[in-house]
Amino acid sequence: MLRLNMILLLVAVLCALGAVTAQHKARKLFQAVEAEQERARQLEVEYDQLQLELSTWATHPRIEKIAREKLKMVVPAPAPHAYLPGRGR
Amino acid sequence: MVVRRRHAPKPHRFSESPLLQLALPGWRSRLTALVLLGLFAVLVARAFYLQVVNNEFLQDQGESRYLRDLEVSASRGKILDRNGDLLAISTPMQSIWAIPVDAAKLGPMEVKQLAELLEMDVKELNRRLASDKNFVYLQRQVPPETAARIAALKLPGVHQSKEFRRFYPAGEMVAHIVGFTGVDDKGLEGVELAYQSELMGRPGRRSVIRDRRGQIVEDVGGMKPPQDGKDIRLALDSKIQYLAFTAIKDAVAEHQARAAGAVVLDAKTGEILALANWPSYNPNNRANLKGPQLRNRAVTDSFEPGSTLKPFTVALALERGKVRFDTVIDCAPGRITVGNATISDAHPHGLLTVAQVIQKSSNVGTVKMASSFAPKEMWEMFDALGFGTPPALGFPGEVGGRLRPWKHWRPIEQATMSYGHGISVSLVQLARAYLVFAREGDLIPLSLLALSEPPPRGLQIYSPETAREMRTMLEMAAGPGGTAPLAQVPGYRIGGKTGTAHKLEGGVYARKYVASFVGIAPMSDPRIVVAVMVDEPSAGKYYGGAVAGPVFSRIAGGVLRSMGIAPDAPALQVAGGTRKEGLL
Repeated sequence: MLRLNMILLLVAVLCALGAVTAQHKARKLFQAVEAEQERARQLEVEYDQLQLELSTWATHPRIEKIAREKLKMVVPAPAPHAYLPGRGR
Repeated sequence: MVVRRRHAPKPHRFSESPLLQLALPGWRSRLTALVLLGLFAVLVARAFYLQVVNNEFLQDQGESRYLRDLEVSASRGKILDRNGDLLAISTPMQSIWAIPVDAAKLGPMEVKQLAELLEMDVKELNRRLASDKNFVYLQRQVPPETAARIAALKLPGVHQSKEFRRFYPAGEMVAHIVGFTGVDDKGLEGVELAYQSELMGRPGRRSVIRDRRGQIVEDVGGMKPPQDGKDIRLALDSKIQYLAFTAIKDAVAEHQARAAGAVVLDAKTGEILALANWPSYNPNNRANLKGPQLRNRAVTDSFEPGSTLKPFTVALALERGKVRFDTVIDCAPGRITVGNATISDAHPHGLLTVAQVIQKSSNVGTVKMASSFAPKEMWEMFDALGFGTPPALGFPGEVGGRLRPWKHWRPIEQATMSYGHGISVSLVQLARAYLVFAREGDLIPLSLLALSEPPPRGLQIYSPETAREMRTMLEMAAGPGGTAPLAQVPGYRIGGKTGTAHKLEGGVYARKYVASFVGIAPMSDPRIVVAVMVDEPSAGKYYGGAVAGPVFSRIAGGVLRSMGIAPDAPALQVAGGTRKEGLL
């Protein structure tokens, strides 16, 4: 009888320790998930900011200015154009 | 314990204790037991009271120590153009606020540091901190880096909260369409206002357990995920918008005009590819914003369109079989009297065919054709074309223009309306009405948003034959001998109609003009409708053909190229050396 009780006690203690460990692990993992989610949010924000930066660099007035002034590009004169037959849009 | 002895002490043997012979009364032990029991009962009752009857207080106290309700912010949707280019985007910012009572402990050095970081005047900051309110904003929309440096100062009573700031990378060129939001992320103008409910993010909520160090260790139920606002993809093409915007901006400068507007429509789908207004403003910096800059003229201002309305009258005459395109109308001597008013042409003409009436823009010819209609017929046509009813794009302040009920029309009114006076429309309405000529006589609704598929055929207003004949006439009007040869686009066949209208000021027609041009291109298979309006050109030229025509040419040329539409002008040089008449 005493032996059975001792075994049961042992089992109970082990279970209790197991529960504590599991809880601890769960919290660790949860924190990791949280951290990653936070990172994902940060990256999203950064992506948006980069997109914003990109579109600021790519504004049409800026492109036109560079094309005309720096690269000396001009709209071709209307007269002799050779059009390649192809797919129109 | 005091023990009363019943007997006097008497000698006793060593092995016996006199104490044991003391007789205690039985009630004493019973009383003690009863008292202890009573105390236990009180404990149990108290426990019962705390745990079962009045458990809220303790529960709350416990939860307040580890449970936190967090608000999860959601961002506002982006606004994109049809190609996915950004037109509006939100990025997180911090707002810095203070509790003045707590912040009173700040030393002068700390205040100075804070003022520097906030780029504020020290005096102004002190004034705000001296407020007797419980809460005061020190600065809103502070960039995250600056906010982090302020947080590092660990100033008492100074706090931060997250908010969003809206950026408009395309700036002034799309300002009127996109609009802007207020500091609280609510749309105040344009699409931002029109699609507020879709763009708006709905913040979520979650309950979490926090540990001693403030880290979240567990989610407890009651979660409500945040809903980010939807992205809105407009039909607008930012390249076309840029072309239209710069073209009208230059035109305003060249002709010293008060304002100008341009609308570009996709003739196949009714999508608004561009809608530009000048004057405009920079939505990213609205410090010196004035009313006139804010007005989205193409949508909110109506004007008397003048001759640009003639094609509709003539098309109705063709449709009803009153005339053919080659019917000759006597427009001599360039004047006609209706009632007791005289209507005259800018340049007197003699005999003109119906097609030439459009080509030369003869008021007399148009009035003669219009006089054969019943007022109701004309009203029904104008109404079907959408005049007099707001186009329902969702913009704030859309106008429907003025179209009086036909029952009260006098003959002179019917006559002037036939050439676009006594009726007013907005530029968007005018552009939309021209869709009937660009299409097979049917009218489709306009769309501000990009469509995934073209809409079905719209309301049939004219027969396809009438629309085709009118296209030929419009091409003549924009050709040699017409009113707008300057509207030509090299390499493409285009057509359109000029308008030069006197402005009404205080009920009288002043010597101020609205020059307009509405055109269609390319004529072989119309893809776009472009409407241009220049308000009060005052540098000498004021005719629609001279002022608005070149603007059309510039916009249409750019649009056709950027849409990759093959040139359809005759006699093209095709690679390989063979000559072909028209590619399409």
